[in-house]
Amino acid sequence: MHPFAFSRVSTVTAALNAGARDGRYIAGGTTLVDLMRETVERPAHVVDINGLPYKDITVTRQGLYVGSLVRMSELAAHPEVRATYPLLSQALELGASAQLRNMASIGGNIMQRPRCPYFRDVHSACNRRDPGSGCDARHGDNRMQAILGTSTHCVATHPSDLAVALVALDAVVQVRSLDGTRSIPVQDFFLRPKDTPQNEHSLRPGELITSLTIPSGAHTRRSGYLKIRDRQSYEFALASAAVALDIRGGVVRGARVAVGGVATVPWRLPKVEEALVGKRPGRRTWTDAAALAVEGAVPLSENAFKVRLVERTVRRQLMTIGGQ
Amino acid sequence: MAETFDEATTLKRRTFVAASTAAAGLPGLTSDRLPISTPAPADRLSTVRLAVNGEQRTAQVDNRTSLLDLLREHLDLPGTKKGCDQGACGACTVLVDDRRVNACLTLAVMHQGARVTTIEGLARGERLHPLQQAFIDHDGLQCGYCTPGQVMSGVACIAEGHTGSREEIREWMSGNLCRCGAYTNIVSAIEQTAKEA
Repeated sequence: MHPFAFSRVSTVTAALNAGARDGRYIAGGTTLVDLMRETVERPAHVVDINGLPYKDITVTRQGLYVGSLVRMSELAAHPEVRATYPLLSQALELGASAQLRNMASIGGNIMQRPRCPYFRDVHSACNRRDPGSGCDARHGDNRMQAILGTSTHCVATHPSDLAVALVALDAVVQVRSLDGTRSIPVQDFFLRPKDTPQNEHSLRPGELITSLTIPSGAHTRRSGYLKIRDRQSYEFALASAAVALDIRGGVVRGARVAVGGVATVPWRLPKVEEALVGKRPGRRTWTDAAALAVEGAVPLSENAFKVRLVERTVRRQLMTIGGQ
Repeated sequence: MAETFDEATTLKRRTFVAASTAAAGLPGLTSDRLPISTPAPADRLSTVRLAVNGEQRTAQVDNRTSLLDLLREHLDLPGTKKGCDQGACGACTVLVDDRRVNACLTLAVMHQGARVTTIEGLARGERLHPLQQAFIDHDGLQCGYCTPGQVMSGVACIAEGHTGSREEIREWMSGNLCRCGAYTNIVSAIEQTAKEA
């Protein structure tokens, strides 16, 4: 780990001033400290923002408000969130371990860097870590890598389960800087690698995530997260599916479907959603819609299995949420 | 009573061993991974005051020092074990303000004023914490390296109420990896302690 200056801020202004001078915000630190130890991240100044007032969870008729410093474990266990946004609770509690969920913040979760082993090994070529150096993952050990949203420059999956749920639920990220505040739809927050994989999100330098908001709707109660992985627990997804359905009068009125573990960013599936709306719930509907999950997939040498796996993951979760 | 540990004047054995191996250039041990062995400029040092096992402690640390290294190297509490040092194994689990965390993945300087409980703080004198006794009763100890983290995590698991079934206990203890196959007996120890609590 490289030496760094450390400061603790208790006002938003102090945080933004430090951020504008290249200070690196830290909340839970579960990713950042790990990457600093591996020297992948080398901030000169680390700014502890845990003294800022972004720790509230509020559920109203309009939707859910979550401060960026709320811990994963707190949001997951919130009684109203568990009852009205089960997708969020499930995505959170299927991520990491109890110890990590107690530390990791909601804002930090969506700022997670890739878990690609070549990104984390400073001796490997990685366009994300060292732009222009190449990508050792594409023709290397690529079993865990992405099949959707990739480019010749990067094939790393986005590691966050929460982000998949947020994309399905049309969450909005509120950010603040010395210039003011702005709102970013979470769909626009995560950037595909294209030819600039080092740009992972649309946050500008010095901007601070203050909260997330999630609009309410009939679909949020009938929602859930399925995560398929190499072992039962405490592992990243090979494929995952976030599904939220609005079913009334025996017809699917609205559908939100997103997948994780297979794409470079949390991946919404609009064609699957279109195929569901207006249909009667049932095995045929779920199977036909899930077949549209992987259009445009580009498998690598060792991860072609993900094409069928993600289709089956979507189908199974549609059955679980929508009934057979 | 407050104690001050000044690393410039106190060279401890573990620090010395770490510094020696780094100097010998052993593969896999670079100075980057041994924050204590490389001196930092004065503006990269901080003073941390926190309550550990009910006692106020103060230490001046390099900002790179993890909470785990603060406990083991500065405060002479080696009961908390360093396993992977990457947040993957749970051997370093301690309670910070009553919540279980991985002490290796958090910076000591982030815990100003916090209350920390380590394995050394569970027993009351000679009387073991009920879960410590249950580990003995159920033979949950095996080699013992992962045990402090397992016990701390188990104490939290019970307090959180995640002991409804053996499956639930397994899921909520999954942050504590151990290769010795002791899980069955550890689950039994937690199950029994939760019932008696």
